[in-house]
Amino acid sequence: MTAVVDQPEQTGAATTDAALSVRGLWKIFGSGAEKIIGTPDAELSRADLKQKTGCVVGVKDVSFEVAPGEVFVVMGLSGSGKSTLVRCLTRLIEPTAGEVVIDGRDITKAGAGDLRELRRTHTSMVFQHFGLLPHKQVIDNVAFGLEIRGISKKERRARAGEIVDLVGLTGFEQSYPDQLSGGMQQRVGLARALANDPSLLLFDEPFSALDPLIRRDMQNEVIRLHHELGKTMVFITHDLQEALKLGDRILIMRDGEMVQVGAPDEVVAAPADDYVRDFVSDVPRSHVLTLKWVMRDPRPDDSMDGPVMKADTIVRQAAKAALASDHPVRVVDENDRVVGIVDDDAILRVVVAEEEAPA
Amino acid sequence: MTATLAPAPPEPDAPPPEEPVARRGLPRWAWALIVIGVWVVVYAFTKGQDTLVLPGREHTDLHDTLTGFRDDVLASRDSNPIIQLTYAVGERFVAVVEWVQTLISVPDFPRPVPQVGWLGVTAVAAWVGLALAGWRIALLVAASFVSFGFFGYWSDAMDLLIVTFVAVAVSVLVGMPLAIWLGTTRNRYVLAAINTTLDILQTMPTFVYLLPIVLFVGIGPSGAVACTLLYSLPPIIRIAGHGIRGVSTTTLEATDSAGQTRWQRLLKVQLPMARRTIVVGLNQTIMAALAMATLAAYVNGPGLGKPVLAALQSRDVGGGFVPGMLIVVMAVMLDRTTTAASEAPEKRIRDGADPKIRRIVLGVTGALALVAVYLSREQIDLARFPENDVRRTVADGVNDLVDWFTDTFGGLTGGFKDVISYGLLNPLESLLAESPWYVVAVAILALSAVLGGVRALLPTVICLAGLWYFDLWHDAMVTLNMTLVGTILVMALALVLGVWMARRPRVDLVLRPVLDAGQTIPPFVYLIPILGLFEATRFTAIVAGVIYAAPVAIKLVADGIKGVSPATLEASRATGSTTWQEITKVQLPMARGSLVLAANQGLLYVLSMAVIGGMVGAGALGYDVVLGFSRSEEWGKGAAAGISIVLLGILIDRICRAAAHRDPVTHDPSKRPWWRAASI
Ligand SMILES: Nc1ncnc2c1ncn2[C@@H]1O[C@H](COP(=O)(O)OP(=O)(O)OP(=O)(O)O)[C@@H](O)[C@H]1O
Ligand SMILES: [Mg+2]
Repeated sequence: MTAVVDQPEQTGAATTDAALSVRGLWKIFGSGAEKIIGTPDAELSRADLKQKTGCVVGVKDVSFEVAPGEVFVVMGLSGSGKSTLVRCLTRLIEPTAGEVVIDGRDITKAGAGDLRELRRTHTSMVFQHFGLLPHKQVIDNVAFGLEIRGISKKERRARAGEIVDLVGLTGFEQSYPDQLSGGMQQRVGLARALANDPSLLLFDEPFSALDPLIRRDMQNEVIRLHHELGKTMVFITHDLQEALKLGDRILIMRDGEMVQVGAPDEVVAAPADDYVRDFVSDVPRSHVLTLKWVMRDPRPDDSMDGPVMKADTIVRQAAKAALASDHPVRVVDENDRVVGIVDDDAILRVVVAEEEAPA
Repeated sequence: MTATLAPAPPEPDAPPPEEPVARRGLPRWAWALIVIGVWVVVYAFTKGQDTLVLPGREHTDLHDTLTGFRDDVLASRDSNPIIQLTYAVGERFVAVVEWVQTLISVPDFPRPVPQVGWLGVTAVAAWVGLALAGWRIALLVAASFVSFGFFGYWSDAMDLLIVTFVAVAVSVLVGMPLAIWLGTTRNRYVLAAINTTLDILQTMPTFVYLLPIVLFVGIGPSGAVACTLLYSLPPIIRIAGHGIRGVSTTTLEATDSAGQTRWQRLLKVQLPMARRTIVVGLNQTIMAALAMATLAAYVNGPGLGKPVLAALQSRDVGGGFVPGMLIVVMAVMLDRTTTAASEAPEKRIRDGADPKIRRIVLGVTGALALVAVYLSREQIDLARFPENDVRRTVADGVNDLVDWFTDTFGGLTGGFKDVISYGLLNPLESLLAESPWYVVAVAILALSAVLGGVRALLPTVICLAGLWYFDLWHDAMVTLNMTLVGTILVMALALVLGVWMARRPRVDLVLRPVLDAGQTIPPFVYLIPILGLFEATRFTAIVAGVIYAAPVAIKLVADGIKGVSPATLEASRATGSTTWQEITKVQLPMARGSLVLAANQGLLYVLSMAVIGGMVGAGALGYDVVLGFSRSEEWGKGAAAGISIVLLGILIDRICRAAAHRDPVTHDPSKRPWWRAASI
């Protein structure tokens, strides 16, 4: 995915023109939740807080920014607060504290009308269990967002028809959701989200309910759509493979807290703590790591005859050429400046370690 | 949102889920037997003392006070604003009913016939059936209407339909907003308040609030519509509200996330998605209304109930048979039509029917119906169903059949009656009604404590105190006895048939439609054939009650046993248990919750029938109520009897609920056809 979009800044912030920025976001379930924030109680662990006040922390002081066109993945184990977080973004769940700025507007302060307007035109969401309307045909499900905006039947059907084609459901316009397979139903969910032409797409584990083959299809579909439409996306998943495949950056959560934010190779190569390390331990590292993470500093005595490769080349892709050559690979940055050297040993360390890991 | 959540992992240090209080030592039933044993011993020594008998037409000061209250209310009719209001509402009902009557059922003076004759009405009704549910239903509707005329009960049938539908219309107008409120409110207190009110209406045998309602709106069509309305209101509120509340949260979230307003949420998502459940609620409301409208004959309501009541009073089985059958025909027609109507639109779309063709067909048939209306206004034979004596012939035929049957099988039915009477009914009645009242009270209290635990005690004390206070203790015990015996028979039937159905899918396939049909028949009708078999005795009421209660109880038992996990069953089979062991050691114990629920429903159904049967020989409380209708000086006693019936119902219900609560087995309360619970 990195290849197709303008690479956003890896970390840090494009504060002014972020598509979405979240600052100090909290969600605590239970009565009297507001009073907890700012007190020492807020620092308690989730279990302790529950014990003491009966409240449950869903999201704990989360801040991040998403650049326009970026695919931002949030992942974590079940119960880590991912769904809560993504729902707070459009206030399907009312945040307890913090700011959510979408396209320059702080939606936590928006009135009911503004919020509706935002949901109608700026954001759309795709749900794990689809949430389709069983009494409407596919085409009308897709057109639902247009319908509630008061757009005439003819026009909305025409627009919805285009989107149906876009997601590959041509010919199923007149079907009812329960006549479709799970994968197709989720395509309808996707189409419904796209029909509003939102600038920000939110996904809450959209493919968890699908079987693996269909899931892969749908992931590719999202990649394709992202390529064609270039929308900003926040994508929730608990599947690391999916996160690595789709994400420009990944946010890892535990018990409502942020644990690490970074590009896929960063997360795999430099896990912030044991929780993340555990998470990424099964990942085939050669598929994720880039040369940047395996190179060493150049030395004067290095051979200058080896192949030249970019720093963000995936190890696996580099492996063949690197091993074939007698000379070590020279790694260059965007300006073709040599920034490091990767020799056969470095490549083999990654590939072989991974073969041994499962044993 | 909860739909997407995985269940939270259990807190490590949370207390383990509460275990049902296990009584150490003797099991509950053994304690119950001990209580009964002691009771029998005490009875033997105290028999006949302080039984609080109140013979036939005697009444107490309390009853006179109640009668006085009635007289005051009636006297204040011109000054009391509340009474004026209720009477005004009642007059509206009368006006509407009478207007529709002149339209389709009674002569509209100076015309010798109604505005629209039988042909026109039948044609329009069939057309409505066609539009709502397809041509098969249209045929059913047409045939039903023709049968009303053919058997000579056109006016009565139309009147019954009118009362039913006026009440249903008001029910829907009042009930749907409440249902929406119930379905969408987040306020726990509102929810609890509505649910509690509906619960109370549910355990309230409606027969008894005929009296107060009549007091406030008068007898005749106004009383009939008011009672029917009140009785048919709860199903639509509860079922439709439940449907709206049950709309998938994911879908609501998904559509909310598209930025809908609250109105759009309601109109485009919640109501359409709950449509089928709402129609089920409507179906239940219509069926409840029909049942009640039939019974409203007691308060001089118009309709088919009248000839049935008259026949029951004069013990004319044949005369009651025809109108009774027509009530069944009407019930089936309404039930099938509403059920089919709930499925029809989806079916049409799925079958890919062309809406244009449908429009043409409806247009043409509609025009034909209008022609029929026109003709029925012009030609007397198409306006008034041609006279025939089918009605009398059938009635005589049925009477002959009954005579032949009682002559031939009299020994058999008599034997059955004697066995039950001497084996069960009489001994139990002596125990309940011949013991001193305080002995009975203590015994019931002890039994409720044993069976239901502490939570049953308070309601039991209150109900017993109430029964004592209203001065009809003896009658209440007699009615209670009939109810208990009826329930024992119901449970015997339910266990045998329920287990059979649960174990043999084919039996289920055959029996279930019969039971479903049985549940749509208004209770009143059951009395007719039973009266033929057992004459006017308490036995008639008991057997009618058993038949009335059986479908619910059987279904509950069958579903409960089917709900037993197949894995457990397999495990028991693997250990080599016999079929008998399998049933008694695994299936029945595990379905205990359903059994208790079945017993509860059985009790309430039989109680309601024991009351309705008051006038065909069951006597006791039911008779007191009927007497209250017919004689103004007995009104107070009737009202006291009505309240006593309510107290009995609550007593039974609370003890059963408490007993069920103590059972660990869960059951799904939504499965219970609640509107018939404790009906009438
Ligand atoms: N309405 C609610 N009331 C109370 N607690 C809630 C509520 N919704 C969620 N929670 C709690 O908040 C925590 C985070 O839930 P959330 O649904 O956000 O997790 P998740 O990461 O999406 O998990 P999953 O992968 O299972 O979907 C959980 O502990 C959950 O029990
Ligand atoms: Mg989730």
